[in-house]
Amino acid sequence: MPIIEANGLARTFASRKRKVEAVRGVDLTVDSGEIVGFLGPNGAGKTTTLRMLTTLLRPTAGTATVAGCDLLKDPLGVRQRIGYVPQAIGVTAGGTDPNCTVSEELAIQGRAYRLSAADTAARANLLTNQLDLTGLEPRLCKTLSGGQRRRLDIALGLIHSPSLVFMDEPTTGLDPQSRSNLWEHITDLRDKLGTTIFLTTHYLEEADALCDRVLVIDHGKIIAEGVPDELKRQISGDVVTLSVTGDSAQAKTILAEYPGVREISLDGRAIRMTVEHGEEALPGMLRALDAHDITLASIQLARPTLDDVFLTLTGRSLRDDSPSANGHGQTEADDQTKIEDEELAGAGRSGRS
Amino acid sequence: MTATATPPANPAAPHPTPPSPSPVKQQPAVLGFFSDTWLIFTRQLRLSLRNPAWVIIGLIQPILYLAFFGPLLSKIAKGGILGVPANNPYSFFVPGLLIQLGLFGAAFVGFTIISDWRAGVIERFRVTPVSRMALLAGRVLRDVLTLTVQAIVLVLAGLAFGMRAPIGGVLVGLGFVALVAVSLSAVSYAVGLLLKSEDALAPLLNMVMVPLMLLSGIMLPLTLGPHWLRGIAKATPFGYIINAMRDAFAGHYFNAIMVEGICVAVGLAIVCLWLASRAFIKENA
Repeated sequence: MPIIEANGLARTFASRKRKVEAVRGVDLTVDSGEIVGFLGPNGAGKTTTLRMLTTLLRPTAGTATVAGCDLLKDPLGVRQRIGYVPQAIGVTAGGTDPNCTVSEELAIQGRAYRLSAADTAARANLLTNQLDLTGLEPRLCKTLSGGQRRRLDIALGLIHSPSLVFMDEPTTGLDPQSRSNLWEHITDLRDKLGTTIFLTTHYLEEADALCDRVLVIDHGKIIAEGVPDELKRQISGDVVTLSVTGDSAQAKTILAEYPGVREISLDGRAIRMTVEHGEEALPGMLRALDAHDITLASIQLARPTLDDVFLTLTGRSLRDDSPSANGHGQTEADDQTKIEDEELAGAGRSGRS
Repeated sequence: MTATATPPANPAAPHPTPPSPSPVKQQPAVLGFFSDTWLIFTRQLRLSLRNPAWVIIGLIQPILYLAFFGPLLSKIAKGGILGVPANNPYSFFVPGLLIQLGLFGAAFVGFTIISDWRAGVIERFRVTPVSRMALLAGRVLRDVLTLTVQAIVLVLAGLAFGMRAPIGGVLVGLGFVALVAVSLSAVSYAVGLLLKSEDALAPLLNMVMVPLMLLSGIMLPLTLGPHWLRGIAKATPFGYIINAMRDAFAGHYFNAIMVEGICVAVGLAIVCLWLASRAFIKENA
């Protein structure tokens, strides 16, 4: 049974100077109990789509049903049923007040979802145990470590036992250990409670390790979707790199005709190709070279990554503009906020005059 | 073209059904608004009290105003000019300071919502069922409370300096301060939330607030000014309010000035709350 169903969801940010189509018609379906990853480079429209699905941003076009409620007609119904873990990088942090204590934040979150004081205390207690926050209850949020604070963000999103949780870049900015620790918590949520999780990420490892299914988004459109392994197999094939001692150009010609070879290029003495079912094709390829008296110098078979998938689909690498690559941590939310700011500042000024 | 994303035929693992999800309790919207407002009010108040330095500064400030500006005014009053009552100058002066307290105490609260927004707190609550109006109302209520407490301290200090005013007049005056606080804090939050930048908010507030204060006549009576200046002042709200407050402190409750003052103060509060609530409710703030 689908828990999220969106049709033609679109959002255009308009300011006097320009019009930016952040999301241009997204159709997606998420089933109950799935962990779905929304994968794409910065500015692709991940956060904008997530903000529309969580009632933070009104779509300019399209419809959606989230957790059984119509997104446009019953946003309050949606809010009562979903959990949300905001992005914690870029301009905005994850949602906790630095001067509140951990227990205060958990308590007010429970009250915000209309839980009784007793239910809130029970849930808070359970979540602090599950998310390794025990003993931190009297601490101010600003004294927590990055990983602790992120786990608190997640605990807040889960206080009312939602069956659907949205997480915006849940592990961005964490060290590798905290990250894999959070992955375990997220997987547990699904395995033990059947919670549906819809998360955005630009970490390929995260999509691979965590998600049952990924949706690849670029320039505001979904360009591919599927189980990570299937996507890699279908779209990229295995990457085989080999070098020969004899005539490389002749070897390339022979291999190019070999069934299953998709792309082939010659770089110096190295021949690089993408091959369907590479490990099965290899022995035959070697025999074909042997038949022409070409001797192999080295050979390498690499499994494709989701980055290869993205590269094949868009001609660009996902890694090129990841925050770690440019060292600034600028995010899609930044861009979007700038556009919104322009629009809203204009509205604010005209409102005052 | 949009790709249609459908789930695989068989999900990766069999999932147990969630145990009774979301104990969602419905309650009447109006009741929800009041309990949500209380929830936000108590949270904000606790955060204010957690920083005692600001509480103390807030209480000392009005006394400093009185101590540093009052003696100047008493001198003028002794000369019998400006319409300041010579025998009771503080009953003229304290209402002006109360309005100034309301103006500047409330107008700068917008800065706090920018840091809240940056911490992600605003978004976090906007995704919960909490009334978005209550996110505004709870904060405004906290500001009204802190400003009223400051105003009471100011009135007590005024009494210590020799002001004489009827208790009813003082209560009416505090009511005016509360209404001014509602208006300005609501607008300040809305503008802060729209601008999302301290660098933009500070000059905007100064540009708007300083002329409004000068035109209200809280420093010097506008009767001193030329015709055109009085004309401009008539178009701003705070002059009406300060005149009504001074009448209240002098014990005159039933006259046209009081009616004007009350209408302006209540009307201003309603308009400001309405404008601000639109900013809080809209789905992309």
